[in-house]
Amino acid sequence: MNDMSLTREEREAKLEGMGCKRKRVEDIRFTQGKGNYVDDVKLPGMLHGDFVRSPHAHARVKSINSEKALKVPGVLAVITAETLKTVNLAWMPTLAGDVQMVLADGKVLFQNQEVAFVVATDRYAADDGVAAVEVEYEPLPVLVDPFKALDPDAPLLREDIKDKKDGAHGPRKHHNHIFEWTVGDRELTDAAFNKADVTIKEMISYHRTHPSPLETCQCVCSFDKVKSELTIWGTFQAPHVIRTVVSLIAKLPEQKIHVIAPDIGGGFGNKVGAYPGYICAAVASIVTGKPVKWVEDRIENLTATSFARDYHMTTEIAATKEGKVTGLRVHVLADHGAFDACADPSKWPAGFFNIVTGSYDFPVAYLAVDGIYTNKAPGGVAYRCSFRVTEAAYCIERAMDILAQKLDMDPAELRLKNFVKPEQFPYHSALGWEYDSGDYHTAMRKAMESVKYAELRQEQAAKREAFKRGETREIMGIGVSFFTEIVGAGPSKNCDILGIAMFDSCEIRLHPTGAGIARMGTKSQGQGHETTWAQIIATEIGIPADNIMVEEGNTDTAPYGLGTYGSRSTPVAGAAIAMAARKIKAKAQMIAAYKLEVHEDDLEWDIDGFRVKGLPEKFLGMKDISWIAYNSPPPGMEPGLEAVSYYDPPNMTYPFGAYICVMDIDVDTGVYKVRRFYALDDCGTRINPMIIEGQVHGGLTEAFAIAMGQEIHYDETGNVTTGSFMDFFVPTAVETPKWETDYTVTPSPHHPIGAKGVGESPNVGGVPCFSNAVNDAFSFLGSTHIQMPHDYWRNWKAARELGAVG
Amino acid sequence: MIPGPFDYHRPDSVADAIKLLAELGDEARPLAGGHSLIPMMKLRLATPDHLVDLAGIGALKGIVRDGDRIVIGAMITQHELLASETIASAVPILRETALLIADPQVRYRGTIGGNVANGDPGNDMPALMLTLGAEYTLEGPSGSRTVAASEFYQGAYFTAIEPGEILTSVSIPVLPAGHGYAYEKLKRKIGDYATAAAAVVLTMAGGKVATCSIGLTNLAETALLADDAAAAVIGTTLDDASLKKAAEAARAIMSPAGDGRGPPEYRKHVGGIMVERALKRAAAVAR
Ligand SMILES: Cc1cc2nc3c(=O)[nH]c(=O)nc-3n(C[C@H](O)[C@H](O)[C@H](O)COP(=O)(O)OP(=O)(O)OC[C@H]3O[C@@H](n4cnc5c(N)ncnc54)[C@H](O)[C@@H]3O)c2cc1C
Repeated sequence: MNDMSLTREEREAKLEGMGCKRKRVEDIRFTQGKGNYVDDVKLPGMLHGDFVRSPHAHARVKSINSEKALKVPGVLAVITAETLKTVNLAWMPTLAGDVQMVLADGKVLFQNQEVAFVVATDRYAADDGVAAVEVEYEPLPVLVDPFKALDPDAPLLREDIKDKKDGAHGPRKHHNHIFEWTVGDRELTDAAFNKADVTIKEMISYHRTHPSPLETCQCVCSFDKVKSELTIWGTFQAPHVIRTVVSLIAKLPEQKIHVIAPDIGGGFGNKVGAYPGYICAAVASIVTGKPVKWVEDRIENLTATSFARDYHMTTEIAATKEGKVTGLRVHVLADHGAFDACADPSKWPAGFFNIVTGSYDFPVAYLAVDGIYTNKAPGGVAYRCSFRVTEAAYCIERAMDILAQKLDMDPAELRLKNFVKPEQFPYHSALGWEYDSGDYHTAMRKAMESVKYAELRQEQAAKREAFKRGETREIMGIGVSFFTEIVGAGPSKNCDILGIAMFDSCEIRLHPTGAGIARMGTKSQGQGHETTWAQIIATEIGIPADNIMVEEGNTDTAPYGLGTYGSRSTPVAGAAIAMAARKIKAKAQMIAAYKLEVHEDDLEWDIDGFRVKGLPEKFLGMKDISWIAYNSPPPGMEPGLEAVSYYDPPNMTYPFGAYICVMDIDVDTGVYKVRRFYALDDCGTRINPMIIEGQVHGGLTEAFAIAMGQEIHYDETGNVTTGSFMDFFVPTAVETPKWETDYTVTPSPHHPIGAKGVGESPNVGGVPCFSNAVNDAFSFLGSTHIQMPHDYWRNWKAARELGAVG
Repeated sequence: MIPGPFDYHRPDSVADAIKLLAELGDEARPLAGGHSLIPMMKLRLATPDHLVDLAGIGALKGIVRDGDRIVIGAMITQHELLASETIASAVPILRETALLIADPQVRYRGTIGGNVANGDPGNDMPALMLTLGAEYTLEGPSGSRTVAASEFYQGAYFTAIEPGEILTSVSIPVLPAGHGYAYEKLKRKIGDYATAAAAVVLTMAGGKVATCSIGLTNLAETALLADDAAAAVIGTTLDDASLKKAAEAARAIMSPAGDGRGPPEYRKHVGGIMVERALKRAAAVAR
């Protein structure tokens, strides 16, 4: 029996279920320095590996001499492509259908590419060995500028596929071409442009940047020769996929591979892919019979493991003179670096970039993406966004502002005029998506009222006059962005990774005392799954969240899942959790009916147990039901109380939000100050408002960094000039603006609990908002588009080019 | 990011440190706070075989007033500068500048000796020391000598220090009561070196600038003393035209490198602006 002395509110509060600002349970260990990360894994006899890397962006490797390195005390082996060829691992398949060198095979294609792997008894000896390996290079012409990649005389980068006319995504039209991907109706779109009153066209670049998680990529591989089993501890966002891929590449039976992702210090897409370090550590362990650890340093992380963005988007909008959009045409030049190692669902070479129609009702649209090779690091991961969604959001949100400027309309008004209307949902976009739900007008209006938008515009007008009169050197920008995300990959009908459908899973096992353990195919890297997953279960089956232990990341114990990225955990695994919980609840109901001696239909669910309808005193709580389930189940019923659910989502979810930024820029120095940043997010049902707020703060901070200075920059020789935190902008608490958060709630109609995902929204919506603020500040001086990043010197350069600085 | 092999020594007197440096020769380097040297070692841009840690030498600690000079031991950390009453009252611009160096973690370890001896044009203390007319005491196998800051800096990472010498103290003339001062530093973020910075110390008489000196950080191979810029404002009320003249005179001696902080023309432009702003603020606090 439940504790009848408690009120309903008290019983509800005790659960700490959905909607509760439950404190993050994982923080108990993190804030005490008691997390357990890969680098905390220390095994007896463990060896350490480190890479010799190429100083050149493009060069032939004439020779590799390991003699001196092998004489360094502690160095045991130097692995090169030749070594890897003996086990057929000099190259590895990428998630995007390309192949990638594990170690330089004859040539190097980007600076800091892995050339040799030195294995030693400790990390210091390994690095001394790295310094002693002698590599002879013959430099080749370097291709850095993506706009020159398809020139007839552009250097040939990928000699291995120079004769391949077809890539994984269709025909290749040049030796540096990877794929062309088109979506939409070209003819109808051209027609819309032909009869448009107004058109705009702008090349909008989203520069190359990097997810730069606090913890870099790393692993420990341990091969047990007796059992022929390989155990890998790694910073994996998708541990099961890693297990399957290792099994396929290394030809080891999948049950003999154990992948364990312990605590992870941030991923942001950087830890989805497979890297040479993993392969080399595994091979080194197989060769030496000892565990081998590989830990990337910061420079290696920034320059060699997956970058993000590098999309160059020529964008055109057609519209009526009243400001109704009639067509969208986008061509993207996508710089993938030296190998196509994008981590997108396999059929989507440009991810879900076809969400580029955004929140607007475009009757027609046409999109073409050309992927190309350059002498830069491979990658193209979804840095805190669903696949290429942040690029798409930046593209359309910048373009809408440019259109507003051309029409001399307020950018917020233009958006309100073109939003998909609430009654149009489910909405079929011109580029093929079915938006599940949304109420954009309400969100936008709430945002405008909250910041007193009209007053801000008045203030700006006055400041502009004062600037023109020479009374101030400061200009004011108001950035507006309204984004629609597409997250929760994804339905098996269109989403898979190397043939593995993108379902996710949950297994819940309740113990006799009414506590339990739940395991999922996802893997938290800081998102707080241990907290929120338990909250879903608490609400669904009335067991306090504190009594549910959540465990992820061990492929031997967790059910198969596709991992955590692209805001897929709540839309997919979150649904699996609810469905598994409901299976338990269904069994619990049978038990309760038997014990209370009524028909199941005569019971109703009441917070934490079942009650006989109309007889409030006849109640059986879940804690008691758990005990009964094991020890005295109804005759004929199997004992136990557990369930597994695999969830193949019927559709994506479409979170959205309205962001507004107010910024002041000193034209003499280019120094900006973010005066205000307001973020309204609609992520459907809100599981834990405090975690949502934390996620929004984190994502906005990254968005701020990206828009205002963070970049992976190459000079013309292919040197990375931003290879450490000295130059790669990661804001501290001092630079980070104050965030104001808000929300509306439009539940997803197809998700069991109506949740949509939120972790990535702020990065997706934040970048255009900051960039629009900068562009808005400068627009009265005559500019239409200033490329990101908007750091101080580039703001000054813009001011100077616009004649505002002498 | 892993340094090469080296031996570590920790003498407890200046004499022992000098002896060690002499014995160990070229491949030995003094170690102070390590916040410049150790990052260089991790990148293997510096590969000393021996580090002679100065942290155990009590004689290199201390801040004392010696007549009309303030003498600061080389191993005084930036944090200790901030905590010192003597510094706050006698050389407040030193406190202001130290506060603009990175964050508390860096300031707990980074020393004034290391900062001025390093010869990095990005360090903030060298330009300030030029502005203040400071002198450095160097001790080596052949005894002790004094070198003016203005004679010390020869190029990026090249200074008047001879191999085997240790910089033991920094001596700063006490500034006149009522002087004005300001250190204006433009940087991209906390923990970054200056894009451009200017130090100004001046005195005012009858509403006009009586004396002035101006130092520049990270705008050339070494810290610079902008004499012409200072001369341009003497006798003026710091009207706009004089400020512009000073900025232009300062820009004339700048030759910054282009880097992630901006191309040379930007750094020169903002370098001039730092001069103007520092002059204005210094005049505002002068009495
Ligand atoms: C993230 C970060 C940000 C920073 N930002 C700034 C900044 O904005 N402005 C700034 O000014 N500094 C900055 N610094 C540098 C910091 O202030 C350093 O501490 C300082 O430059 C060097 O002092 P140190 O005591 O650490 O010297 P060390 O690194 O120990 O030594 C530096 C060099 O000087 C030599 N040396 C040291 N002491 C002596 C001595 N007594 N006699 C002879 N030679 C000696 C060493 O051999 C070495 O070559 C930053 C450092 C970091 C890590």
